[in-house]
Amino acid sequence: MSFKKRKSRKLKEILIEKFFFLNGVLAILILLGIFSLLFVKGFPAIRELGLKSFFGSAVWNPNAYGTPKYGILSLIVSTLMVTVGALVIAVPLGVACAAFLSELAPPRLREILKPAVEILAGIPSVVVGFLGIVLVNPLISKLFGISHGLNALNGAILLAVMSLPTIISLSEDALSAVPHTYREASLALGANRWQTLVRVLIPSGLSGIIASVMLGMGRAIGETMTVLMATGNAPALTFNFLEAIQTMTATIAIELGEVPYNTTHYHALFVIGFVLFVMTFLVNLISDLILQKYQEVER
Amino acid sequence: MKKVKSYGKVVLVVMVIGLVLGAVIQVQAQNMIQVKGSDSEVNLVQRLSEVFMKKNPGVNIAVTGGGSGTGIAALINKQTDIANSSRDLSSKEEESAKQKGVQPFRVVFATDGISVIVHPENPVQKLTLEQLGKIFKGEITDWKEVGGKGGKISLYGRQSNSGTFVFFREFVVKADYSPHMKSMNGNAQIAEGIKKDREGIGYVAVGYVVDQKGEVMSGIKIINVSKEGQSEAFSPANMDNVMSGKYPISRPLNQYLNGKPTAKLLDFIKFQISEEGQKIVRQEGFFPVQKDWMEFNRKQGL
Repeated sequence: MSFKKRKSRKLKEILIEKFFFLNGVLAILILLGIFSLLFVKGFPAIRELGLKSFFGSAVWNPNAYGTPKYGILSLIVSTLMVTVGALVIAVPLGVACAAFLSELAPPRLREILKPAVEILAGIPSVVVGFLGIVLVNPLISKLFGISHGLNALNGAILLAVMSLPTIISLSEDALSAVPHTYREASLALGANRWQTLVRVLIPSGLSGIIASVMLGMGRAIGETMTVLMATGNAPALTFNFLEAIQTMTATIAIELGEVPYNTTHYHALFVIGFVLFVMTFLVNLISDLILQKYQEVER
Repeated sequence: MKKVKSYGKVVLVVMVIGLVLGAVIQVQAQNMIQVKGSDSEVNLVQRLSEVFMKKNPGVNIAVTGGGSGTGIAALINKQTDIANSSRDLSSKEEESAKQKGVQPFRVVFATDGISVIVHPENPVQKLTLEQLGKIFKGEITDWKEVGGKGGKISLYGRQSNSGTFVFFREFVVKADYSPHMKSMNGNAQIAEGIKKDREGIGYVAVGYVVDQKGEVMSGIKIINVSKEGQSEAFSPANMDNVMSGKYPISRPLNQYLNGKPTAKLLDFIKFQISEEGQKIVRQEGFFPVQKDWMEFNRKQGL
């Protein structure tokens, strides 16, 4: 090989390497871009009103009859309520379903069930929201003897349905990936299948299961259309799952369409967006830390 | 040489086609009318535009909803020809219109009686304006306080981009709505919510719950409203009550344009307030323009 050829090949290598490096950096750049955009757009509202009027009050009423109020505590509480509610419903169901699929289901049944679960993920959120109005709404109202079912519980149930496919599918992958030798060793030591599942398989696949739960949680926090349709959108602060609530995402979706640009209200909506971003960021960070710690233990 | 000639022909043909297409597109753009805004008005204007388009082939009218606030914002940003609005322009909106060089031109094309609706099993028949205000403010929270069976009142309202939201607040509530009021996307959603909620109460445009003959949609009851405690209560389902002003919560349904309309736009506006247009208004459950407002339209040269 001539010197020239070798040189050009080296150049190519460097270029390709740089290209991939840029691709990696791009993700970080976009993240930083979104972060700074939200901050820059939201900052004028914080400067004008002070942090206290955002985080020290639970009254959100920017189009008030009197003075506008920008307290976002009730919105944060509402978002957390539907998210946590959704996880309480979806995690046990999802992990149990994953365990059934990977450990108990006959192969042919699994061939049908798993794609079916994954199709569930493709249902548009508008359709889920509609089901919330016409199906879950009267159901809740009958079950709890209240006059209507447009409340936090309705939102939590729908979000659980929406995050189930993610949780089931990824948890099943995690459980299936546990080496067969673990199973055999456990059974050989006299453990029954239940003990094997709970004491050996789930702990071994825990990193994948946690990742699936976090992804499901991410979807639940950010979901807009479904909660907008099903939770009634009453901005009062409440911890009661049977009352109407208004989440952060729903607030942004309802109000951003009509708000005049560069007004306090407009900037305040970006503050909500910023807080939402920080929340999802923290969820991911925490899940990452848990995963790392767990992997260290296994090693 | 021959080849060059045929190329020339091809080029010529292509140019002619391009010219014709361009002209057609331009004509179409001229005859395309964008209407945006009020959810209360959207079905009515859609119906009006359908009939108008049938009579005037070549004119295209696109009607979309989104709320009065959204429509007015679009007019100010010059993204729509007509803004449907079930409320007046606010002083803030007038100011920002001026800044953007938009001159709002108001047309009144129908009358609405905002209807207060409840579940048919609710025994309450009538309410005063004051009671309604207190209910939506959150000061009256139990049906027992207004002569009902008892049970927590469940409020259904609209989102802040709705003209009905603003009008009802200015005219009836005169304060902030209760934070427990559910904000629904449109009139139809409120009606659907009330149908399923025995303790619900909501406000909607009359055309959504009453038909031409004054018959109320099944699964819903309209509350009679009185101005004061002692005075008689009236229903908006009856046209005379609304037209004479006996029913207290009536309002003109507006459209705003940028300056006085011309050409097809003017034809469409004139059609809406013509006898034929007003008949369609009636068919959709709304009421014709009140005398004073018709006078207002005439004075503007319509």
